[in-house]
Order: sequence, then C-alpha cells, then structure tokens
Amino acid sequence: MSLIKQILQGDQLTLARIITQVENDTAEGHRALDELFPYTGRAHIIGITGPSGAGKSTLVNSLVKLLRERTKETRIGVIAVDPTSPFTGGALLGDRVRMRDISNDEQVFVRSMATRGALGGLTRTVPAVVQVMDAAGYDPILVETVGAGQAEVEIASLAHTTLVVEAPGLGDDVQAIKAGILEIADILVVNKADWLGADGVVQILRSMLELGYSQKLNGSSSLEPANWIPPIIPTVATEEKGIQELIDAIVKHKLFIRKNGDWLKRDRKRLETWLEQLFENELRSHWRNASAHENYANIINLMVSRKISPYLAVKKLIKD
Amino acid sequence: MDKKIRVLIAKPGLDGHDRGAKVIARAFRDAGMEVIYTGLRQTPEMIANAALQEDVDVVGLSILSGAHMSLVPRVMELLKTNKQDKVLVFVGGIIPEEDAVELKKLGVRAVYGPGTVTTAVVEDIQKAIK
Repeated sequence: MSLIKQILQGDQLTLARIITQVENDTAEGHRALDELFPYTGRAHIIGITGPSGAGKSTLVNSLVKLLRERTKETRIGVIAVDPTSPFTGGALLGDRVRMRDISNDEQVFVRSMATRGALGGLTRTVPAVVQVMDAAGYDPILVETVGAGQAEVEIASLAHTTLVVEAPGLGDDVQAIKAGILEIADILVVNKADWLGADGVVQILRSMLELGYSQKLNGSSSLEPANWIPPIIPTVATEEKGIQELIDAIVKHKLFIRKNGDWLKRDRKRLETWLEQLFENELRSHWRNASAHENYANIINLMVSRKISPYLAVKKLIKD
Repeated sequence: MDKKIRVLIAKPGLDGHDRGAKVIARAFRDAGMEVIYTGLRQTPEMIANAALQEDVDVVGLSILSGAHMSLVPRVMELLKTNKQDKVLVFVGGIIPEEDAVELKKLGVRAVYGPGTVTTAVVEDIQKAIK
C-alpha cells in the first residue's frame, strides 16, 4: 500500500516513522516527502512562541481541547520543540507534561522535537514535518517553539498565524519596543491573566501597538496586511479562560489572510525560505566533499599567520 | 545525521514520586539521547499513545506504588497492539524479585531497583539498542 493511503487511513505508526525519517534527514524521509508533497498546502499552520514559562504548552493543551470540542471531526497536529543540549547533544522534551488533556485523544497527533543545534527557536526539519502532518490530513497544525526571547523569529516564516504568548513579570515596556518576537505577532496572548501585573502587560502591549500601527496606517510598506492589527487576548490557560476568544481571533485571522491573499503569499514565502535553506545546506555539503581538505587547511594556515584576511580567504576558496 | 535514540520516560499509576524518573531522564539526556518526559499519573493508554506518536526506541516506566503487576502488562499489551513490540521496555522502582521475573517473561528487558547506578542503566540500554 502506498504511504499516502496508509497515513490517510490514520495509521499513526506509519506517520510516526515517516516523521522520524524526515527528522533525521534520511534518503527514505526525502522520498516519502516527494510522494506526500502534492497532498500538502491545506492545513492552517499556527505558530506559538514566547518566553520560557509564559505557558505555551498549557495554552496548546487547552486550545486543542476546546478546538476538538467545537468540531468533533477535526484532526489536530501538534509539534512541540524543546532545546538540545549544546554539550551532549541530548534533550529533555517536556512539553507533553502540560498536554495531559489531549494525550489520550486519537484525533490529536503530538510530536516532540529537539532543536538539534538549530537557533531561531525551531529545528531545521520542522517545515518538512509540518508538511507530512499536513498530507496526513491534520488541520490545524500547531507549532510550539522553544522558549523564545528576542531573536527566535523563525516561526513567523513558517506559520500562517503566529501567536506570541507573554505573561506578567517578564520585562518592562522597553523590552516591548525592542525589535524581536513582538513584531511577528498576529495575535498577542497575555497568559496568566489572573496574576498581579497582567493588566500592566496588556497596557504595555497596547501602547506598543499604537506606536507601531500609526505608522502602518500611514501607508508604510510591510509584509503584513495593512489593516490587521493584532488583538490582545488575556487568557488563563490552566482554567481555559479566554481560550474561546483566542480561537475566535485565530479563525478571524485565518479568514482575513485568506481573503486578502496573504495566505498564498505566506505559502510562497515559506516554500522559498525552505528552498533557500535546503539549497544552502546542499551546496555546503557538496562543496565540503569536493574541495580538497589540504587546500582548506592551507587557507586556514594563511589566515592564522595573518597573510590573508578571512574575506580574501573566501574569495580564494571560491576561485580554487 | 546520526540517528538519535529516543526514550520515553513515564510514570504510570497514582504515586506522586517522580524524582527517580527525573534522575534517569537526566542521565539519558546527558548520554546524548532525546528523552520525552510525560509527567505524573499516566494511564497505560496515554503511555502507549505517546510511545507510538513519538516513535521511541525505549520506554522506561517508573513505579513505586506497587501496582506494577497490573500496569506493566497492560502497557506491554498495548505496545503489541500498536505493532511496537520491538520497543525496549525497562522498569524502575520498588519491584520484588519474583515480580521482576514475571515481568521479564512478558518481555520487559530489565528491572532496576533502588541503588542502581544511572550510568549502568544507560550503558545497558545503549548496548541493547546497538
């Protein structure tokens, strides 16, 4: 039986094994994706990012639970990324601890992934794993990044809708106007809204948006749709408070980007980013295999003895 | 890329002591494996479901409640139903000798009691996977 038939029939073991192959970047994984790719491009990809301890996993748990209650036939995919140790290469993937309510639901497929050295909050093979789940008919697919501070913005080029989750006690208003993850938010979530200081966080985010959107409304160009202003949704994920409102906002954003063409633009952008990344990797490994190691060592020696600069070294390598 | 060994560490049943589970999870992490930790009070169904979706090579069950003779066989049965009988299962906790013999008959690879050195567990598993 073909792969696609097996996974469309809900064979979770086949799906899990294909994901492993894709995650390990094997030839078998590549072949599987070749076969599955025509069936992708349908799922709504929702990114969830924010600092460690803001409540991303707990939010995913209650979000998925209520989404499933709303529409019984939806099958939901979840990818949860946690960091790999830079010292041992091992990882402790603990997002499932917070996802109790959905861990027994056969219509929900949760996969934990380690960053395996990638920066940016995701791991290199996440886009491919998303496509596999998409082909298998999971829609929406939620992608939870590692605890992200400022620079981990890769999720925005992957997701149709990006949620940035904040919580009280994590920083002041200068943090909020720095460049970084707040800029990528389609929806801002203030979790732990029952905690002291939550109103303050909402205020800060609101004033940050006002600073930014007056410019946008004046017609400065941006990738984002000119008149989508990220809503700020307070939630208490542990008590499922605010989650219905959050789902409404997600659905609204989906309809919005479908209507204004941004859905397709984002899809194109996503595939372009992915292609560039694969192409770079391929070129690099191709070049590594092809270029003589002696030559490489020589050039490093020349740099160490300060005979040529790194810039000249690169030019030399490309010429040779 | 090297294939990473993926391990599920789970605590089935009702006891609330997860220090052992966390220590062993940490030891596997430090040995370069990817460890999925699912937390307290898991049902055998939740454990088998996680093992399936995460496509793990190893499942470690930590049980201190004395309910191992009902919980472990159920997990083994579910793994088999899911066609995951190749997954290596080990049990840690307070398990009487005669029970350990029974569990091994069911296919449990090893049973570790108090005082086991974590590096020994890691080495056992690494050897068995190779």
